[in-house]
Amino acid sequence: MAKEDGVTIIVFSGDMDKVMAAFNIAIGAAAAGKETNMFFTFWGIKAIQKGNLTGQGFFGRMMGLLNRGGINTIGPSRFNFWGIGRWMFKQMMKSHKITPLEELRQTAIDLGVKLLPCEMSMQVMEIKAEHLIDEAEESCGVATMLEKAFHSKMTLFV
Amino acid sequence: MPGQTNADVKLNLEGLLCPIPIVKVSQAIKTMEVGKVLEATATDPGVLADIPAWTKSTGNELISIERDGKLIRFHIKKVK
Repeated sequence: MAKEDGVTIIVFSGDMDKVMAAFNIAIGAAAAGKETNMFFTFWGIKAIQKGNLTGQGFFGRMMGLLNRGGINTIGPSRFNFWGIGRWMFKQMMKSHKITPLEELRQTAIDLGVKLLPCEMSMQVMEIKAEHLIDEAEESCGVATMLEKAFHSKMTLFV
Repeated sequence: MPGQTNADVKLNLEGLLCPIPIVKVSQAIKTMEVGKVLEATATDPGVLADIPAWTKSTGNELISIERDGKLIRFHIKKVK
Protein backbone atom coordinates (compact mmCIF):
# COMPACT_ATOMS: atom_id res chain seq x y z
CA MET A 1 0.00 0.00 0.00
CA ALA A 2 1.45 3.28 -1.07
CA LYS A 3 1.93 6.03 1.45
CA GLU A 4 -0.86 8.57 1.28
CA ASP A 5 1.29 11.67 1.26
CA GLY A 6 3.22 11.35 -1.97
CA VAL A 7 3.77 13.90 -4.69
CA THR A 8 2.73 13.54 -8.33
CA ILE A 9 4.02 15.91 -10.97
CA ILE A 10 2.61 15.91 -14.47
CA VAL A 11 5.25 17.31 -16.81
CA PHE A 12 3.40 18.49 -19.91
CA SER A 13 5.85 21.19 -20.90
CA GLY A 14 9.10 20.42 -22.68
CA ASP A 15 10.58 23.82 -21.86
CA MET A 16 13.91 23.80 -20.08
CA ASP A 17 12.85 26.22 -17.34
CA LYS A 18 9.61 24.40 -16.54
CA VAL A 19 11.26 21.00 -16.62
CA MET A 20 13.90 22.37 -14.27
CA ALA A 21 11.23 23.57 -11.83
CA ALA A 22 9.52 20.17 -12.02
CA PHE A 23 12.74 18.27 -11.24
CA ASN A 24 13.56 20.70 -8.45
CA ILE A 25 10.21 20.12 -6.75
CA ALA A 26 10.48 16.37 -7.27
CA ILE A 27 13.94 16.34 -5.68
CA GLY A 28 12.76 18.39 -2.73
CA ALA A 29 9.81 16.07 -2.17
CA ALA A 30 11.93 12.93 -2.48
CA ALA A 31 14.53 14.41 -0.11
CA ALA A 32 11.73 14.94 2.39
CA GLY A 33 10.97 11.23 2.15
CA LYS A 34 7.86 11.51 -0.01
CA GLU A 35 7.04 8.96 -2.67
CA THR A 36 7.42 11.03 -5.84
CA ASN A 37 6.18 10.24 -9.32
CA MET A 38 6.68 12.31 -12.44
CA PHE A 39 4.38 11.64 -15.35
CA PHE A 40 5.80 12.88 -18.65
CA THR A 41 3.27 13.66 -21.32
CA PHE A 42 3.30 15.48 -24.64
CA TRP A 43 6.23 17.91 -24.89
CA GLY A 44 7.37 16.77 -21.48
CA ILE A 45 8.51 13.46 -22.97
CA LYS A 46 11.51 15.33 -24.39
CA ALA A 47 12.96 15.58 -20.90
CA ILE A 48 13.36 11.80 -20.66
CA GLN A 49 14.44 11.12 -24.23
CA LYS A 50 17.97 10.08 -25.07
CA GLY A 51 18.03 12.73 -27.79
CA ASN A 52 18.35 10.66 -30.94
CA LEU A 53 16.09 11.24 -33.94
CA THR A 54 12.68 9.64 -33.77
CA GLY A 55 9.69 8.94 -36.00
CA GLN A 56 8.82 6.44 -38.69
CA GLY A 57 6.37 8.21 -41.00
CA PHE A 58 6.94 11.55 -42.72
CA PHE A 59 5.21 13.64 -40.05
CA GLY A 60 6.77 11.62 -37.27
CA ARG A 61 10.26 12.18 -38.66
CA MET A 62 9.58 15.88 -39.21
CA MET A 63 8.46 16.08 -35.61
CA GLY A 64 11.55 14.23 -34.44
CA LEU A 65 13.72 16.68 -36.32
CA LEU A 66 11.99 19.96 -35.46
CA ASN A 67 11.04 18.96 -31.96
CA ARG A 68 14.09 16.99 -31.04
CA GLY A 69 14.08 15.44 -27.59
CA GLY A 70 16.84 15.12 -25.01
CA ILE A 71 17.40 17.02 -21.82
CA ASN A 72 20.23 19.08 -23.31
CA THR A 73 18.35 20.11 -26.46
CA ILE A 74 15.33 21.66 -24.79
CA GLY A 75 15.21 25.45 -24.59
CA PRO A 76 13.61 27.88 -22.16
CA SER A 77 9.94 28.90 -22.55
CA ARG A 78 10.97 32.49 -23.18
CA PHE A 79 13.99 34.07 -24.88
CA ASN A 80 15.08 30.90 -26.60
CA PHE A 81 15.79 32.59 -29.97
CA TRP A 82 16.45 29.32 -31.82
CA GLY A 83 18.84 28.01 -29.24
CA ILE A 84 20.78 31.16 -28.37
CA GLY A 85 18.69 31.57 -25.24
CA ARG A 86 19.34 28.00 -24.23
CA TRP A 87 23.07 28.52 -24.58
CA MET A 88 22.85 31.80 -22.64
CA PHE A 89 20.87 30.19 -19.84
CA LYS A 90 23.39 27.37 -19.58
CA GLN A 91 26.23 29.86 -19.32
CA MET A 92 24.40 31.85 -16.65
CA MET A 93 23.57 28.72 -14.69
CA LYS A 94 27.18 27.64 -14.88
CA SER A 95 28.49 31.00 -13.66
CA HIS A 96 26.06 30.94 -10.74
CA LYS A 97 26.98 27.30 -10.05
CA ILE A 98 23.41 26.07 -10.49
CA THR A 99 23.15 22.32 -11.01
CA PRO A 100 22.72 21.55 -14.74
CA LEU A 101 19.43 19.99 -15.80
CA GLU A 102 20.91 16.61 -16.63
CA GLU A 103 22.46 16.37 -13.18
CA LEU A 104 19.16 17.40 -11.60
CA ARG A 105 17.43 14.58 -13.44
CA GLN A 106 20.09 12.13 -12.25
CA THR A 107 19.70 13.37 -8.67
CA ALA A 108 15.95 12.78 -8.90
CA ILE A 109 16.58 9.26 -10.19
CA ASP A 110 19.10 8.59 -7.42
CA LEU A 111 16.55 9.71 -4.82
CA GLY A 112 14.04 7.21 -6.17
CA VAL A 113 11.79 9.54 -8.13
CA LYS A 114 9.84 7.46 -10.67
CA LEU A 115 9.76 8.74 -14.25
CA LEU A 116 6.59 7.60 -16.01
CA PRO A 117 6.25 8.17 -19.77
CA CYS A 118 2.80 8.64 -21.30
CA GLU A 119 2.07 5.89 -23.83
CA MET A 120 -0.38 7.94 -25.88
CA SER A 121 2.04 10.83 -26.41
CA MET A 122 4.75 8.38 -27.41
CA GLN A 123 2.48 6.84 -30.03
CA VAL A 124 1.35 10.18 -31.44
CA MET A 125 4.89 11.50 -31.71
CA GLU A 126 6.29 8.12 -32.80
CA ILE A 127 8.68 7.84 -29.92
CA LYS A 128 9.63 4.31 -28.93
CA ALA A 129 10.66 2.97 -25.55
CA GLU A 130 14.26 2.64 -26.78
CA HIS A 131 14.31 6.40 -27.43
CA LEU A 132 13.80 7.03 -23.73
CA ILE A 133 16.51 6.97 -21.09
CA ASP A 134 16.97 3.58 -19.42
CA GLU A 135 15.78 4.90 -16.06
CA ALA A 136 12.28 5.64 -17.41
CA GLU A 137 9.56 3.27 -16.23
CA GLU A 138 7.21 1.32 -18.50
CA SER A 139 4.94 3.66 -20.42
CA CYS A 140 1.48 4.10 -18.95
CA GLY A 141 -1.75 6.04 -19.27
CA VAL A 142 -4.01 8.41 -17.44
CA ALA A 143 -5.33 5.74 -15.06
CA THR A 144 -1.84 4.99 -13.73
CA MET A 145 -1.12 8.68 -13.28
CA LEU A 146 -4.46 9.20 -11.49
CA GLU A 147 -3.93 6.19 -9.28
CA LYS A 148 -0.68 7.80 -8.12
CA ALA A 149 -2.38 11.19 -7.80
CA PHE A 150 -5.22 9.76 -5.69
CA HIS A 151 -2.62 8.56 -3.19
CA SER A 152 -0.76 11.86 -3.26
CA LYS A 153 -1.23 14.89 -1.13
CA MET A 154 -0.04 17.14 -3.89
CA THR A 155 -0.39 16.94 -7.65
CA LEU A 156 1.17 19.48 -9.94
CA PHE A 157 0.78 20.13 -13.63
CA VAL A 158 3.81 21.77 -15.14
CA MET B 1 29.13 30.55 21.19
CA PRO B 2 25.92 29.72 23.08
CA GLY B 3 24.89 26.10 23.39
CA GLN B 4 27.85 24.41 21.73
CA THR B 5 26.59 21.20 20.13
CA ASN B 6 28.68 18.12 19.63
CA ALA B 7 28.15 16.76 16.16
CA ASP B 8 28.36 13.10 15.18
CA VAL B 9 28.43 13.78 11.47
CA LYS B 10 29.77 16.84 9.67
CA LEU B 11 28.76 18.03 6.26
CA ASN B 12 30.15 20.78 4.06
CA LEU B 13 27.52 22.35 1.81
CA GLU B 14 29.41 25.52 1.04
CA GLY B 15 28.92 26.79 -2.50
CA LEU B 16 25.99 24.48 -3.18
CA LEU B 17 22.63 25.85 -4.26
CA CYS B 18 19.03 24.69 -4.08
CA PRO B 19 18.02 21.86 -4.14
CA ILE B 20 21.39 20.19 -3.52
CA PRO B 21 21.85 21.15 0.18
CA ILE B 22 18.52 19.45 1.01
CA VAL B 23 19.53 16.39 -0.99
CA LYS B 24 22.87 16.07 0.82
CA VAL B 25 21.26 16.61 4.22
CA SER B 26 18.61 13.97 3.58
CA GLN B 27 21.24 11.51 2.34
CA ALA B 28 23.44 12.13 5.39
CA ILE B 29 20.52 11.80 7.81
CA LYS B 30 19.52 8.52 6.14
CA THR B 31 22.86 6.94 7.02
CA MET B 32 22.75 8.11 10.66
CA GLU B 33 21.26 6.45 13.72
CA VAL B 34 18.32 7.98 15.56
CA GLY B 35 19.52 10.48 18.18
CA LYS B 36 22.71 11.39 16.33
CA VAL B 37 23.44 15.00 15.41
CA LEU B 38 24.44 16.37 12.03
CA GLU B 39 26.39 19.59 11.75
CA ALA B 40 26.52 21.33 8.39
CA THR B 41 27.87 24.54 6.96
CA ALA B 42 26.40 26.23 3.91
CA THR B 43 26.62 29.49 2.00
CA ASP B 44 23.29 29.51 0.14
CA PRO B 45 20.99 31.97 2.00
CA GLY B 46 18.03 29.85 0.86
CA VAL B 47 19.15 27.29 3.42
CA LEU B 48 17.95 29.61 6.23
CA ALA B 49 14.36 28.96 5.20
CA ASP B 50 14.77 25.54 3.63
CA ILE B 51 16.42 23.66 6.46
CA PRO B 52 13.73 24.56 9.04
CA ALA B 53 11.08 23.64 6.44
CA TRP B 54 12.79 20.34 5.66
CA THR B 55 13.08 19.34 9.32
CA LYS B 56 9.42 20.24 9.78
CA SER B 57 8.25 18.07 6.89
CA THR B 58 10.48 15.12 7.80
CA GLY B 59 9.95 15.27 11.56
CA ASN B 60 13.62 15.71 12.47
CA GLU B 61 14.75 18.21 15.07
CA LEU B 62 16.50 21.42 14.15
CA ILE B 63 18.71 22.18 17.14
CA SER B 64 20.18 25.41 15.83
CA ILE B 65 20.73 27.44 12.72
CA GLU B 66 23.03 30.43 12.80
CA ARG B 67 24.40 32.83 10.27
CA ASP B 68 27.88 34.17 10.68
CA GLY B 69 28.58 36.53 7.81
CA LYS B 70 28.29 34.44 4.66
CA LEU B 71 28.51 31.15 6.50
CA ILE B 72 25.43 29.37 7.78
CA ARG B 73 25.86 26.64 10.35
CA PHE B 74 23.10 24.32 11.51
CA HIS B 75 22.57 21.25 13.65
CA ILE B 76 19.93 18.63 13.05
CA LYS B 77 19.14 15.75 15.39
CA LYS B 78 17.79 12.65 13.72
CA VAL B 79 14.44 11.81 15.28
CA LYS B 80 13.20 9.25 12.75
